[in-house]
Amino acid sequence: MKVTLKVWRQKNATSAGEFKTYSSPELNENMSFLEMLDVINEDLAIKGEEPIAFDHDCREGICGTCSLVIDGKPHGPHKGVATCQTYMRSFKNGDEIVIEPWRAKAFPIIKDLVCDRKAFDRIQHAGGFISVRTGAAPDANSIPVPKEDADLAMDAAQCIGCGACVAACKNASAMLFVAAKVSHLGLMPQGQPERYKRVKAMVDQMDAEGFGSCTITGSCEAVCPKEISLDFIARMNRDYAVALFKGEPKKTAGGGAG
Amino acid sequence: MATLNSNIPAGPLASKWEKHKFSSKLINPANKRKYKVIVVGAGLAGASASATLAELGYEVHNFVFHDSPRRAHSVAAQGGINAAKNYQNDGDSVHRLFYDTIKGGDYRARESNVHRLAEVSVNIIDQCAAQGVPFAREYGGLLDNRSFGGAQVSRTFYARGQTGQQLLLGAYSALNKMIGAGAVKSHTHSEMLDLVVVDGHAKGIIVRNLQTGEIARHSADAVVLATGGYGNVYNLSTYARGSNVTASWRAYKRGATFANPCYTQIHPTCIPVSGDYQSKLTLMSESLRNDGRIWVPKRKEDCGKNPADIAEGDRDYYLERMYSAFGNLAPRDVASRAAKYVCDEGRGVGETGLGVYLDFAESIKRLGESKVRERYGNLFSMYHEITNEDAYKTPMRIYPAVHYTMGGLWVDYNLMSNIPGLFVLGEANFSDHGANRLGASALMQGLSDGYFVLPATISTYLATVKAGQRPATDKAEFKEAEDNVSGFIKRVTSGNGKRSPDSFLKELGKVMWDHCGMARTADGLQKGIQLIGSLREEYRTNLKVLGDIDGWNQSIEKAGRVADFIELGELMCRDALMREESCGGHFREEYQYTAADPEVQQGIVNAGDVKRRDDQFAFVAAWEYAGAADKAPILNKEDLKYEEVKMSTRSYK
Ligand SMILES: Cc1cc2nc3c(=O)[nH]c(=O)nc-3n(C[C@H](O)[C@H](O)[C@H](O)COP(=O)(O)OP(=O)(O)OC[C@H]3O[C@@H](n4cnc5c(N)ncnc54)[C@H](O)[C@@H]3O)c2cc1C
Ligand code: FES
Repeated sequence: MKVTLKVWRQKNATSAGEFKTYSSPELNENMSFLEMLDVINEDLAIKGEEPIAFDHDCREGICGTCSLVIDGKPHGPHKGVATCQTYMRSFKNGDEIVIEPWRAKAFPIIKDLVCDRKAFDRIQHAGGFISVRTGAAPDANSIPVPKEDADLAMDAAQCIGCGACVAACKNASAMLFVAAKVSHLGLMPQGQPERYKRVKAMVDQMDAEGFGSCTITGSCEAVCPKEISLDFIARMNRDYAVALFKGEPKKTAGGGAG
Repeated sequence: MATLNSNIPAGPLASKWEKHKFSSKLINPANKRKYKVIVVGAGLAGASASATLAELGYEVHNFVFHDSPRRAHSVAAQGGINAAKNYQNDGDSVHRLFYDTIKGGDYRARESNVHRLAEVSVNIIDQCAAQGVPFAREYGGLLDNRSFGGAQVSRTFYARGQTGQQLLLGAYSALNKMIGAGAVKSHTHSEMLDLVVVDGHAKGIIVRNLQTGEIARHSADAVVLATGGYGNVYNLSTYARGSNVTASWRAYKRGATFANPCYTQIHPTCIPVSGDYQSKLTLMSESLRNDGRIWVPKRKEDCGKNPADIAEGDRDYYLERMYSAFGNLAPRDVASRAAKYVCDEGRGVGETGLGVYLDFAESIKRLGESKVRERYGNLFSMYHEITNEDAYKTPMRIYPAVHYTMGGLWVDYNLMSNIPGLFVLGEANFSDHGANRLGASALMQGLSDGYFVLPATISTYLATVKAGQRPATDKAEFKEAEDNVSGFIKRVTSGNGKRSPDSFLKELGKVMWDHCGMARTADGLQKGIQLIGSLREEYRTNLKVLGDIDGWNQSIEKAGRVADFIELGELMCRDALMREESCGGHFREEYQYTAADPEVQQGIVNAGDVKRRDDQFAFVAAWEYAGAADKAPILNKEDLKYEEVKMSTRSYK
């Protein structure tokens, strides 16, 4: 099979980008989408043209690095599948395929199809953790966790941090990403002490990073390669409301008399 | 010659670690913040070390080439992590985990390190559970376990098929907390390209910012490398595409010795290669061998048939037949070689004939499809995406692939290399797995090194360094190292060769797989060394790197990594050639059991199993750079002394 690609090329964050058209050599339908791009890039290199920059690493749907909008859809045609797990058998001979980067204010473009997602890390720095000093943990079985809670927490914890949810959302909201982390930690008994402080800190940072607000269109869930459920957003909203109601924790004075 | 002092503490094996911790030097809390530690890598090893060192009060700087610490290759680990918790009450203990690991490594690991690993394993699970890692649970709320190869107990903890992801996110969250608190400075998209050694001590690194192309110098009181394994020297492997040897290799060229580079793990259960365009191989977790049965047709003529049409009696469940005590859970090196043998006999399946079946029909009948889906659902769907086949209905096809490297930079008991002040953790060091790693033990080692070992041992070195005395970055050694890095980049971008870095890696990978892969011979290795020598020469003259120096340029990144892989490949062949024995994953065809050997006749091993030569090769081979890529490296030896276990023939029958 052969396809034609319309690819977004942009030199760096400040320059204007444009679509460029490339026709592929003969491809095999068992190639992955990224292997198809490898082939195109090898071709370009031989011709002396700079290869297309695109992000990838594990190529098995778990690291969250790959990030292509394929024909208008983050991660391409299939539900619950990342870009790197998309195969050429999903396309037909002669197709024209449009490839763009994630587009969101909080994810500035670095080059071509690569964008900067460090804003996600900064949200996690603000509160995406349970505070437990190394070596200070009790025996793992001393706190049983009901299987249903652990399973639900795992459903949320599967998030690969790719940012497709942001790329799909017309408001470029990061609610699904933040809700997944907040729900994972908030569902575990170990996560209770910091539950409300955490949600407040993470949501505040999300706003500070310039992500948009959520109007529950559900486009995030539809493109999530791990099919993380919109229900987690409702769960986070409840926790957030409680956090606002509780207000800032009272500060107690350190030290003592003596 | 390098000086290798393993610094193994005296005393009985089981109390070495406790005693050592007690006798290690401490640094008082007020002084700790005057010490700056650079940690390169944020996989399980690097993230856990960075977080813990910062908790202790050190000033920590963490560097990763990824855009985020969360993307380290550890994220891809599927199956699980071992710990001697004995929650199943099935006879497990620290001693048993220790023994299994030593035996699994074919008696080529350092006894004291392995015992410490087994001791610490129990604390790891506690730590991770407290961080909120959503491990699999039983209905009563307690932790669930599964079995992995090379063990007859259930000691593997897991989080669906995404254990590495969940453990990494746990370590990443601990790291995030310290970054948020200002105790760790995180440098992402920052690739270490050289080590700076001042007066014989590791005192800094040179880093290229992948986003801007800027090259910067960083100085510190100690440098920690937790930069992962080097299996991508084979091009096709289960590693993430970005995994590379550069950090370790540049340290090697600065004087750190590289131990047992030829010890490579070829994992038995991966999706077979389908074509020349392929960029990576996908692992199907070993945990599948809990419920899947491996077989090929007994007769060559049946290989092309639909597996459903091959009668039970015409199938050869060869692992169950050859290794009845462990069956489908034989260790990886054993299972991989067995797959190679049956395929070499012409009994392989699939288009290329390089594949065997992993069949779930019986488990589905026994447990029901929904139970199998609950255990392995994500693996079955991954298999489906890649092959377009439904493994609930027809058996998976699998074949061995490069998966892990047991070799790495040499370290002593404190995890310090032979360069004082340079520590090496996780897959990047050589210490715990000997010639073969057991499943679910790499995650354990990474977290053991990072959470518990390094934080206790680093102070012994730092106590010898005066606080506040680290060299300034305008020192000559920093300048020389920076010039070295920028010189390379200028050279490769101004060359007018014709070939891309990728095309060289592809060629190197093929040489490595053919000559230094699952089965090695003296002739083949010599041929490999020759081929790599010419490839190195062509790389120098015919490489083409396009694009600008300042700014994002993946060709520049690859150019450096591939240059290092080429040199490493040659060292691996030399190491494999020197090691005239077979052990674990290192199989020299000249050294195998045959029907004439008493061990085969007594039923301890099979003909074709690896044959060690303890009288001559019970040592760690630590190679030292001789100053130029085309000069033969110098071999240093650390003898392996076993106090507790007796070196014996490894039997899984
Ligand atoms: C598919 C797969 C499945 C696996 N499953 C299991 C399993 O079930 N159980 C198990 O125990 N083990 C498993 N393993 C093995 C295990 O995952 C790895 O050995 C382990 O995670 C390695 O961790 P690490 O911290 O040493 O390195 P990595 O996780 O590889 O991290 C390396 C880090 O170093 C950084 N880095 C590297 N070089 C540089 C440089 N030059 N400059 C800056 N930064 C650099 C990277 O950015 C990264 O942060 C699996 C491996 C694979 C490939
Ligand atoms: S490359 Fe890792 S998720 Fe796609």
